[in-house]
Amino acid sequence: MPWTPSTPRPRRCPVRGDGALEQLKREGRIVVVGASLAGLRAAETLRAKGFEGSLTMIGDEPGEPYDRPPLSKQVLLGKARADRTALPRLRSVDATWRLGVPAAGLDMAARRVRLADGDEVPYDRLLIATGVRARPWPREEEAELDGVFVLRTRDHGAALARRLADGPKRVLVIGGGFAGSEVASACRERGIPVTVAERGASPLVGALGGVIGAVSAGLHREHGVDLRCGVMVTALEGDASGRVRAAHLSDGSTVETDVVVVSLGALRNTEWLAGSGLGAGPRGIACDAGCRAFDIRGIVTDDIYAAGDVARCPHPLFGYQFLSLEHWGNAVAQAGIAAHNMISESTDRLPHMEVPAFWSSQFGVNIKSVGVPSMGTEILIAQGSLESRRFVGVYGYQGRVIGAVSFDHGRWLPFYQELIESTAPFPPSFPTVDRHPDGQRPMDADFPDPSVPSHGPTVTLSGYSPADRRITFIPAH
Amino acid sequence: MTQSLLHQILDHANRADPYPIYEELRKTPVHHEDGGPYVISTYYEIRSLLHDPRISSDARNLASAGADPLAEETTPQEGALPPGFLKLDPPEHDRMRRMTNRHFGPPHSPRRVDDMRPELHDIVDGLIAGIDDPGRIDLVEQFSYPFPVTVICRLLGVPREDESRFHTWADTLAASLDPDPDADPAERGKGANEARMELGMYLAGLIEERRKNPGDDMLSQLATSRGEDGQMTTMELLSTAALLLIAGHETTVNLITNGMLTLLRNPDVLQRLRAEPKLVVPLVEELLRFEPPVQLLPQRTTLADIEVRGVTIPKGSSLWLVLASGNRDPLRFENPDRFDPDRPDIQHLGLGSGIHSCFGAPLARLEAQLALSELARRLENPRLVDDPPPYRQNAVLRGPRHLHITCDGIRP
Ligand SMILES: Cc1cc2nc3c(=O)[nH]c(=O)nc-3n(C[C@H](O)[C@H](O)[C@H](O)COP(=O)(O)OP(=O)(O)OC[C@H]3O[C@@H](n4cnc5c(N)ncnc54)[C@H](O)[C@@H]3O)c2cc1C
Repeated sequence: MPWTPSTPRPRRCPVRGDGALEQLKREGRIVVVGASLAGLRAAETLRAKGFEGSLTMIGDEPGEPYDRPPLSKQVLLGKARADRTALPRLRSVDATWRLGVPAAGLDMAARRVRLADGDEVPYDRLLIATGVRARPWPREEEAELDGVFVLRTRDHGAALARRLADGPKRVLVIGGGFAGSEVASACRERGIPVTVAERGASPLVGALGGVIGAVSAGLHREHGVDLRCGVMVTALEGDASGRVRAAHLSDGSTVETDVVVVSLGALRNTEWLAGSGLGAGPRGIACDAGCRAFDIRGIVTDDIYAAGDVARCPHPLFGYQFLSLEHWGNAVAQAGIAAHNMISESTDRLPHMEVPAFWSSQFGVNIKSVGVPSMGTEILIAQGSLESRRFVGVYGYQGRVIGAVSFDHGRWLPFYQELIESTAPFPPSFPTVDRHPDGQRPMDADFPDPSVPSHGPTVTLSGYSPADRRITFIPAH
Repeated sequence: MTQSLLHQILDHANRADPYPIYEELRKTPVHHEDGGPYVISTYYEIRSLLHDPRISSDARNLASAGADPLAEETTPQEGALPPGFLKLDPPEHDRMRRMTNRHFGPPHSPRRVDDMRPELHDIVDGLIAGIDDPGRIDLVEQFSYPFPVTVICRLLGVPREDESRFHTWADTLAASLDPDPDADPAERGKGANEARMELGMYLAGLIEERRKNPGDDMLSQLATSRGEDGQMTTMELLSTAALLLIAGHETTVNLITNGMLTLLRNPDVLQRLRAEPKLVVPLVEELLRFEPPVQLLPQRTTLADIEVRGVTIPKGSSLWLVLASGNRDPLRFENPDRFDPDRPDIQHLGLGSGIHSCFGAPLARLEAQLALSELARRLENPRLVDDPPPYRQNAVLRGPRHLHITCDGIRP
């Protein structure tokens, strides 16, 4: 049985050292930057594990921590209000909240976080959980047209929901990833005409490959989405009063629209760390398996941790590749590990080795994935069938199972997760209930050429390379 | 010679406290006695087998494997009702379960169960009010049995007056789930098939009536609605209705009775429940872990050779998943033999897991919550008359046959 965090582990005797750790737990100062999912869950874990010192939560958003997944689902359907998605509190965190003010700098030597309002907050341990933000439409004047939206925050969700409630003529979604597909699905459910423009050959192709992408394309079309694949939006056009009125596509066509949702993936919130010496850049914050951040020299810090969408860590199951994941469950799990490690002796620290897992809900279908499908090269439909749109697809990479995706078949996924954890051979050779004849043989998973940019796949694999390297490693001959 | 563990599980003498046997069993997580089923008793192994697509719930697979004498009883007979979705694999299982769920749970009927709350409350109230002598109560006869039965009848639209007719069929069918080694399998199989047939005929009459005069009950809806999966055939409808009716009979009864028994054995918790009614939610979860009404799942078959903890279970083997044992696995739960409604992280196996996880779970939970909080609130100073109480024979659906209690009075 692979080790899971809920498995009780033998306890070690705490009598050791100079008591510094005990002192940290009693009267230390812990600062969390990024007061959202990962930040909040880390704070709760710190308290649950007996941290009694001062805790400061710094967040640039004004309100209390809230949940994002409903923003592209229930909120757009008008079934939940954007200001009512506060994250449930698992316990009191008794923190000093510095909300509505971004962290603007980090002095690693002096152990201080600088805020945009000029204040400085000292720490003994720092957790960075600043997440990602929506990649904006690249042309600024066009991005500022009235009717052009991105979707990441509660304010975005509320504004877009309001506009959808007004009954727009047509919504154009740029980018057919998970978020874009969910937006399109919500529009259709509300009876709003919608066009999706996707650069790749099908929606979800970056995350799940072309075989599953084709299923997704079918879903879009069956639900009345005007799906345009293999095209790019080249320009947005506004009217005299500054409202968007049309979009121009690379195939020469034009889409008349009064709402545009730009859904082109995300940018990591690391700019504030520029020049700090931390190994942070556009790909996120590099950290070790215990969530300790690296500095730009590749040396692990012992007082700075990272968790959630902004972190990227080596994963033993995936060849120690650095993974950054935009997955809700990852943020929660990593926050727990980071919090634990921040107040533990080195020998008691835990690695973050959760198998990545993600869910989405669109066009009435519940989609779930485990592992890293985008690493797979082949796919086998192990249960159910593509035609029925109820199936489990298993991804293979170099003869082993590396990921799985289910459409309305999520209850089976724990099994495939175990296959991934145990590096089981691919293709799986055994019979299963509900195995169809077309699921006997693996096929090419059909991922797009990684050198062609597409919307974010929500999982990024990256070798370790901090953005602004000051030391260049030159191998000796 | 000492009795084999399998026989000890089935031996009625151990029904009141099977947990020491389970503890013994867990020493060999994959337990196998000659020619018998492979018995799985540890939490993580059970949980993973519940999600394993190489495990079939379709008795026909077991029968065709042929190695197991217990298989005979489940061999479908000519003219019998087809199996309910409990004993089907996907895709048939999924289709039937979906069509049934349309009228029971989200997304199509998200409020169905919760909307029954006032009605359930009235039933509970009526049953408690009807207790004539607070000094002599048989909780099973006077409360835990009539409550869920009335509820499932209302839900399905089956006349409560007919209860005495289908009670016997329900009993026979529930008993047939118990792999009792001393009963003649052929005889029992025959009895069960007859009971199913008779129940089927009874339901067929009702359904015909509902087709002409539909109400807002589930039978009417199942009989008349047509969704994305089409419509159930009459045979499918009959076996689904029979399944729901039986499941509604024999599980919640035990959950409620076991619950009251546990509370009376833990007076401090009973006291707390009176003071903080919200405790009932985690309390029922802990109950499902501590004394689950379905103790084991005896009818799964392996479709391939499967390795569990270093043991290869050959293709075509019969599996028993002892949920109640997994729920007391110390590798998963701290102090597993302690009843502790404050337990954090309680993902028990009491309602199963995977595609066959209890279909009626939302209703069963609500029933147990209402029943236990009302009983706790209204019975004054309740005490057990005999501990342990007498149990039914069934090792699968385990629960007391009677629960004699006494109390000083009944609060309004
Ligand atoms: C619309 C939408 C739908 C989603 N749906 C799903 C789904 O179905 N399934 C799934 O698994 N995942 C989903 N996700 C992803 C999931 O929400 C994220 O993985 C999760 O929110 C990550 O949490 P986090 O705390 O790491 O980052 P975030 O939630 O991004 O939080 C980071 C916080 O830090 C703040 N911040 C940034 N810079 C600074 C600074 N310098 N100073 C102070 N504060 C700063 C940010 O404003 C933000 O509040 C969805 C995300 C979105 C936006």
